[in-house]
Amino acid sequence: MPKPPKSSSTLTPEQKKIITRRNFLSFATLGFGALGGVLGWNWVRKQPSVDGTVAPLRTMLETNGFLNETVLYSNAHLAPEYPRSAAAAEPRTNGDVGLDEDIDAGDWKLTITDTKSGKPLELVLADIMALPKTEIVFDFKCVEGWNEIQHWGGVRLSEVFRKYDLPTDFRYVGMATPDKAYYVGLDMASALHPQTLLAYESNGQEISFEQGYPLRLIVPVKYGIKNIKRIGSIILTNERPPDYWAEQGYDYHAGL
Amino acid sequence: MKETRIVEKHPLAVRWFHWINFPVLMVMIWSGLLIYWANDIYEIKLDSTTLIKFFPKAFYDALDLRARLADGMAYHFTFAWFFAINGLLYVLYLVMSGEWRFIVPKKSSLGEAWKVLLNDLFIKKYTHEKAKFNGAQRLAYTSILIMGFGSLLTGLAIYKPIQLSWLTNALGGYGAARLEHFCLTLGFCAFFLVHLLQVIRAGWNNFRAMVSGFELEEVADNPPEASEELTPIIDDNTPTQPTTL
Repeated sequence: MPKPPKSSSTLTPEQKKIITRRNFLSFATLGFGALGGVLGWNWVRKQPSVDGTVAPLRTMLETNGFLNETVLYSNAHLAPEYPRSAAAAEPRTNGDVGLDEDIDAGDWKLTITDTKSGKPLELVLADIMALPKTEIVFDFKCVEGWNEIQHWGGVRLSEVFRKYDLPTDFRYVGMATPDKAYYVGLDMASALHPQTLLAYESNGQEISFEQGYPLRLIVPVKYGIKNIKRIGSIILTNERPPDYWAEQGYDYHAGL
Repeated sequence: MKETRIVEKHPLAVRWFHWINFPVLMVMIWSGLLIYWANDIYEIKLDSTTLIKFFPKAFYDALDLRARLADGMAYHFTFAWFFAINGLLYVLYLVMSGEWRFIVPKKSSLGEAWKVLLNDLFIKKYTHEKAKFNGAQRLAYTSILIMGFGSLLTGLAIYKPIQLSWLTNALGGYGAARLEHFCLTLGFCAFFLVHLLQVIRAGWNNFRAMVSGFELEEVADNPPEASEELTPIIDDNTPTQPTTL
């Protein structure tokens, strides 16, 4: 086995000079690099917060979202679908923001506002249910990290756009619960994705209050946080609509 | 009389990749834990007895990992860029420079790695061949590279499971990819512990090589070639250091 020298006594003065110089340069570089890293880290953490995330990281989340929308995303990319037998008997529930008030489907209506014409469209549940029904069994994914195969039935949002001749040239679609306590924003492409549904059925049954009766959003290309329950209003806009979880530090895009 | 040679060991590029990767990987693991906390379902069970729970309450408390999912995602998806770019540049460098030859295992590496292991556990003494990296090191450094690539792929598979559904499917699905991503991270932690121990054991001369690039080496009494070069470029036949992993 090769032996390291036991002492520096065998080094020539020339070698000692080289060693000292190289060690000085290298360790100084490492030290300054480490210092720079620590200072940079502290700087990042002290930056003003933009919706619960420090500005530099928020910029990165936005950049990632932009790259996803421009490079990866396609409405031809579908969430894998499964046989109905694979679906959970009771879809898991997680959030209940916006579901506090009692609701009666007779009183409920959906208001769709186009911010250019400003003319609101009001639909009752029967209007929605009159449109062709689409069912999907897909792997629902929560931002927390769990996933569950679920079976939903409803109307394609794109079908509502088609039927009521709604403009698709807006950048965003915003949705809110009737009490405005929960709200989400979607990019238009995701809203028009063929698997994006306004759902009124779960496992072939009317959806429960906890699941957002009478109408909720199922948008498989997004995390669960975008799948708003009990939709009261939809707005078509070029200004980014507010988003409940994006205001609390989460990525606005939340795309899968 | 004995002479000492200054022998080049780690190229400058490798040292940069190494020292950039270290803190970046730490941030990735830390932010990954912030994310994992939100759905911490993994445990090792024997029948119905939980042997290891990932992770116990005290662990989250000690590292302040609770209720910081948004924070974790923001850091993770930012530093993933540094991790990926640094790693890809490293691989590119290994290929272009030919340095990969020191790292990729040879036929004899597995057998040698076993001998190195026995030696390091003080079971049976083994003096490895004169080479930059021994068999155990070759296996370890190649494995860690593959693991890094695996973390990138499994990470992408759970980050964009629909846009990259081909990848998610190839890795066994969303849940499987998440578990693989987690296991790879445990692997990095295990590597880090062993690596740290081995670096401490190998000593200053070896550690300095990862900072300054060179090692000092005592040459046998007046070997004919010793006086020819001050800093010979190392090759596979140049004697170096004790086992380092």
